[in-house]
Amino acid sequence: MSDQTTQAEIVRNSLKRRYRKERRFRLYGMLAIFIALGSLFVLFADIINKGHSGFIKTTITLDVTLDSEMMYLDDPRDEDQLSMADFVAPIIAALQEHVPEADSAAERRELGRLVGNYAASEVRNLLENNPDFLGTTQTMEFLAHDRVSTYVKHADDPSYSIKLSEQQQEWVDELVEKGVIDTSFNDVLFSRGDSREPSNAGILGAIVGSLLTMLVTLAIAFPVGIAAAVYLEEFAPQNKITDFIEVNINNLAAVPSIIFGLLGLAVFIGLFGMPRSVPVVGGMVLALMTLPTIIISSRAAIKSVPPSIREAAEGVGASKMQVVMHHVIPLAMPGMLTGSIIGMAQALGETAPLLLIGMVAFIVDVPDGFFDSATVLPVQIYLWASASEQGFVELASAGIMVLLTFMISMNALAIWLRKRLERRW
Amino acid sequence: MNTMNPGISGETKVGGQSKAVPVPEDKPEATVIEEGKTVGKPFAQDPKFKLRNVSVSYGNDRAIKDISLDIGRNEVISFIGPSGCGKSTFLRCLNRMNDSIDICRVKGQLMLDDEDIYSSKRDVVELRARVGMVFQKPNPFPKSIYDNVAYGPKIHGLANRKSELDEIVENSLRKAGLWEEAKDRLDAVATGMSGGQQQRLCIARAIAVSPEVILMDEPCSALDPIATARVEELIADMSESYTIVIVTHSMQQAARVSNRTAYFHLGHLVEVNETNKVFTSPEHQLTESYITGRFG
Repeated sequence: MSDQTTQAEIVRNSLKRRYRKERRFRLYGMLAIFIALGSLFVLFADIINKGHSGFIKTTITLDVTLDSEMMYLDDPRDEDQLSMADFVAPIIAALQEHVPEADSAAERRELGRLVGNYAASEVRNLLENNPDFLGTTQTMEFLAHDRVSTYVKHADDPSYSIKLSEQQQEWVDELVEKGVIDTSFNDVLFSRGDSREPSNAGILGAIVGSLLTMLVTLAIAFPVGIAAAVYLEEFAPQNKITDFIEVNINNLAAVPSIIFGLLGLAVFIGLFGMPRSVPVVGGMVLALMTLPTIIISSRAAIKSVPPSIREAAEGVGASKMQVVMHHVIPLAMPGMLTGSIIGMAQALGETAPLLLIGMVAFIVDVPDGFFDSATVLPVQIYLWASASEQGFVELASAGIMVLLTFMISMNALAIWLRKRLERRW
Repeated sequence: MNTMNPGISGETKVGGQSKAVPVPEDKPEATVIEEGKTVGKPFAQDPKFKLRNVSVSYGNDRAIKDISLDIGRNEVISFIGPSGCGKSTFLRCLNRMNDSIDICRVKGQLMLDDEDIYSSKRDVVELRARVGMVFQKPNPFPKSIYDNVAYGPKIHGLANRKSELDEIVENSLRKAGLWEEAKDRLDAVATGMSGGQQQRLCIARAIAVSPEVILMDEPCSALDPIATARVEELIADMSESYTIVIVTHSMQQAARVSNRTAYFHLGHLVEVNETNKVFTSPEHQLTESYITGRFG
């Protein structure tokens, strides 16, 4: 009896210690999660804080009188005249109507710098397309000059330097008050390619470039990866050669991505003479990089198909091929898809190998094919982040937000597919 | 507490002994197993399976040691014996389910209707269509009930039209005693059924390709007594048209369903005889010890 009481005491004492240990361990876990979530939150908050203004554009709406004398232009159908004509003059004249006090030559020049560098060509395009407009007054919306945009959006932010003269600042304040200068959603960002001028730069070119590159990557990496996984897992004999291949696939997954870029440069561009900066080459390089991920996750998915299902199929007389095609692959498909999507998401965010094959070039046009020069989202972000104009800073952050949105939707798709296709046995 | 300790240690000692020397202590001389020698009636007239000097090894481990046995036509034979005695391994040789295990080697002569099972000319797919199998754990495909049963006939091309396939499915489910329960939900996913229903579905799937032999590897070990009774009834019904080989851990089950019983011990086939004879007057000492529950 006395034996038992002492034992019970010992147990009770040790229980206390065990519970303390458990509590402590739980605390560590919560702390780790808190740190992880906290840093994620800080990261997102910073990006959104910096980037949200990238989604806002500053516009100047003017009633432009397309006076033929002012532009030195009688006939908008005449190419020679068009190339000689002065399209800035009517814009300045329109601005002067709101700011009549500016009439010296210097002031006029300063006034002209409120609109973006592409405003003149917008007038020209309008006239070229509608020659009848000559002599009429048209309401036109111009993008404000980058400096104006910065002043309007960030006048109170000390981290931005305002590069407008005091005179110009006064005018802008006045124009904002009159509603001539206004801010709205930045549709330019989603409808144009890159530009030298932040207010005119868009991310569409990079989105399309990323899309084309990803299509090539998917078309190569998915079938090849799954075929390799199925062969290695189901058909390959267990010997030294397959062991060697297996080890090397695992090694490839750990190779720095820039090495794949070097390989692409040497083999695809150097040896095969494929063009630089094109989505096809980028896609091929990223496919090489993604392959190990897809193979490894697909093999894991195939391994997780319960042997009882294989036995069942073999038991009714299915051949090896039928077992694989009818049972193993359908059951492993959710896992394979998840692995592939995560591999693709990785490839979507990859920059280094693409720099080497020239997808870092300054490309204004939205690419219209697999063999058209293009850049991709992360490279575009890199380009903007390293640009000197301060307007690009917010664009880079906005670009990161776009990229993150793509990534999160791809991961969400992977999770959804897994949930949707998951079967229980 | 103190009083219990010696009892426990004493028991473990006895258990340890019986594991090391699997021989009851009172009659040691009768328990010597001679390799390749089986008491009782291992052979039959005009057998379905004629198995001679079969040995199976996994690498250097010999799992089956020189077994010779006949399995009669339309006979229900049960394999009993302690765990690890090789009865499942032996069963799986009969339709070459061991093929997928690389290190497994089968020696000896295994004849199905006087054709060598392990001949290099033998197509294993055709063999398995003739020798179906039901496994320990119910393993329906995660597909509909209909697709489960129809899968075998489909891959073997047994039905040319949908109506023929429907007929095969219905017949198989009827034979497996599942038709009444399943006819209204043929499109339901099979894995949603109860364990007993799943096992009967697996039997229906096996008979859908109209095999000649059905191998059952402990088909009731995952089932409750009621489901077990239904499967046993089913075996009794099927014994008219099929040769059935059943591995079981339940001696009552062996006694209930089989014509003959084979007792395996450490890879040896110790005794084969009519079931009632094995259970009432076993010839070999080891068989007696096993069926009276002295080990196993």
